[in-house]
Amino acid sequence: MSEKKKWYSLDLGLNRKKSDTTCGCGKTEGGCGSHKPEMTDDAFLEAAVNASIGEEVRKDGFEQVFDVKMDRRSAFKKLTASLLIGAGAVSTSCSVISGDDSKEKAQIDWEEQFKGNYKLMNDDEKKATVDRLMRSYELRTGKNISMTAENAADDVLFGYAFNISKCQGYMDCVNACVEENNQDRDSQMQYIRIHEMKDGKGFNFNEADDNYYHEVPAEGHFYMGTQCFHCDNPPCVEVCPVSATWREDDGLVVIDYDWCVGCRYCMAACPYDGRRFNWSKPEVPEAEINKNQHYLGNRMRKKGVMEKCTFCVQRSRKGQNPACVEACPTGARIFGNLLDPKSTIRWVLENKKVFRLKEDLGTEPKFWYFMD
Amino acid sequence: MRRLKVFKNLVIDSLDAITKGSRKYHIWMAFLTFVMLAGMYCYSIQLKEGLSVTGMSDRVSWGLYISNFTFLVGVAAAAVMLVMPTYVLKDIDFKRSVLMGEGLAVAALIMCLAFVVADMGGPSVLWHMIPGIGVFNFPNSMLTWDVIVLNGYLFLNLSIPFYILFRRYQGKVPNPKIYVPGAILSVLWAVAIHLVTAFLYQGLQARPFWNNALLGPRFLASAFAAGPALIILVLAVIRSFTAFKIEDKTLNKISMIVVVAAQINIIMLISELFKEFYAPTHHSESAYYLFFGLDGKTALLPWIWTAISMNVVATVILTIGKLRRNLKVLYFCCALLFVAIWIEKGFGLIVPGFIPGPYGKIVEYLPTGIEVGVTIGIWAMGAFIFTILAKTAIGIELGTLRYKSRKD
Ligand code: SF4
Ligand code: SF4
Repeated sequence: MSEKKKWYSLDLGLNRKKSDTTCGCGKTEGGCGSHKPEMTDDAFLEAAVNASIGEEVRKDGFEQVFDVKMDRRSAFKKLTASLLIGAGAVSTSCSVISGDDSKEKAQIDWEEQFKGNYKLMNDDEKKATVDRLMRSYELRTGKNISMTAENAADDVLFGYAFNISKCQGYMDCVNACVEENNQDRDSQMQYIRIHEMKDGKGFNFNEADDNYYHEVPAEGHFYMGTQCFHCDNPPCVEVCPVSATWREDDGLVVIDYDWCVGCRYCMAACPYDGRRFNWSKPEVPEAEINKNQHYLGNRMRKKGVMEKCTFCVQRSRKGQNPACVEACPTGARIFGNLLDPKSTIRWVLENKKVFRLKEDLGTEPKFWYFMD
Repeated sequence: MRRLKVFKNLVIDSLDAITKGSRKYHIWMAFLTFVMLAGMYCYSIQLKEGLSVTGMSDRVSWGLYISNFTFLVGVAAAAVMLVMPTYVLKDIDFKRSVLMGEGLAVAALIMCLAFVVADMGGPSVLWHMIPGIGVFNFPNSMLTWDVIVLNGYLFLNLSIPFYILFRRYQGKVPNPKIYVPGAILSVLWAVAIHLVTAFLYQGLQARPFWNNALLGPRFLASAFAAGPALIILVLAVIRSFTAFKIEDKTLNKISMIVVVAAQINIIMLISELFKEFYAPTHHSESAYYLFFGLDGKTALLPWIWTAISMNVVATVILTIGKLRRNLKVLYFCCALLFVAIWIEKGFGLIVPGFIPGPYGKIVEYLPTGIEVGVTIGIWAMGAFIFTILAKTAIGIELGTLRYKSRKD
């Protein structure tokens, strides 16, 4: 892993690859008790059960109830509970185990602190950092997340269209986006802004209200949504001093949250109010965290870094629609591959009178508006 | 080997010089230390909580820090107004003050860097910006240009005076063949740091308030007014508190620079106002906000009008030669001008760039106590650094600080 690196990084050599995402319980690491120090007993129990039953945990609800393995699950629960009482005493006295654990954590933190820019990583390095992040999350919370580093597919260029006649201002897209993308709940960060405009005034953003709290659709108004437009010639990318933000081959403009230094130059450069900054540590209640994550997408951010709409890269690269498109009850939002002649978005671009905002700036947004 | 030994002695001697001084000097340094500590405390809160403790938000994402940074780049650039006549044109009247100017440039540059760091969301990963081990988005990002020119200028302004003082310290005469090329380079460099800093803003098509061709030249003009104005004030202080002699003639010559720059600055201001208000377009809204307020939001109004009145008053008084030669009046006008340009090039320039936002939203900005605390702390640090540099330089120039003068 050390050769062909495009940046400088330090390897403490404490561990090589720790790619297994489940806990190493009873395995070579000898680190099952390892979750211990950070967790409450309940969490520990949960984690121990998870670890022992493996993939089974992902089944939930009905499946579990009717599955025989359910018995194994509860059996394990009881078993571990009784073991716990003893284990508690052992693990406190036996510092080797927790030492192992904090060593691993320190190693991960170290490697994460000094890793390179994601944009320049090869696939192995991408996988290594994703594995580290998953392991780190597990060490910290005892819960598993799934994070991917899918690259852009060939012959794909994502685009978005917004039907102004259909939007009623319900804001379902905004809420779906917040939930999907793990945005900070404290500051109520939102990627999408819905502008409520007065009929007969045209697209007058100055008099529009993007912060309304009343029943919609309001009489005599129409609605228009904005977010990051994933410009094809993005000024935000040009200005970043450390190349922490870039345009991917499928047209998504993304940010490496771990590489961003938080200078906010890109924010000043964006003509569309597309970017958001983490002014303090983002907080998402554990129960509400979306655990299906992508490195460039909805993984947990830290304080002092930039973020923005990624067209839900964790979904779109799997062939799904972004959360906002799926949540919209009116069908005002259309997403798809611009290079696919049979896609709906292509149909819209070819058959509707579409326009984009601030075209004079030459940013070439991949976000079109149209009316029925 | 001998050089090293001399250098060691220089460090010891200058340490000696800066720790000894009059009672007033000690009070001054203690006061600065106290303010710096307070600033550091504020910064520690900011580090812990994040930038949410400042008044900045997603709508106005740069504030007091970047404003001060912009202004101080100008102050740093102004040192050249003394360097050029002294080293290049060989005007001996400036000779004594030029070292002070360069010291001021060094202090201002260090403050600039401190302000940029204070503004960063992730100071712990700043190494990402170091070429070689990080990723340096050169030449696309103007910020990388700025990093290069600022550090280069810092290096120039450290090395030239160091060379001269180092020679003097040993009782030798500095060789002009060595420092004059450096001085010429630093003249060009000074223009560059200011122009590049202006390009930082000028290059953003998203912000019409900044995206105009006059921004760079106006930066230069205002910098060459505010910088030398500060130098005059500093020289006045040094003159009255130390044995270092500075002639009235020198002050008068510097004041000429201030006047001309201030006049050009006002002409450009008029041109800008004409463009924004004779045929206002959608893009004039920021200027409207700055000068008249928008939608009842008028936070910047008192500031900008104070700045403009101070600016005009000072320029008019200084233009009249008779008044200018009266030192009391000169000092007063320099102080006026300095404050006026600090407001104008500071948040009078940065904040309206964000107001109204890209979609016309008007959210005002007001710095918080913590932000102000950090800012004052950094200014105190600048004053502290300058005092140390000046004290050493004066010691060497006066001959009290000499190699072996104390030993053997
Ligand atoms: S909308 Fe703004 S943030 Fe998004 S790509 Fe364009 S310039 Fe960048
Ligand atoms: S805030 Fe981050 S992404 Fe934006 S320009 Fe600065 S380093 Fe780049």
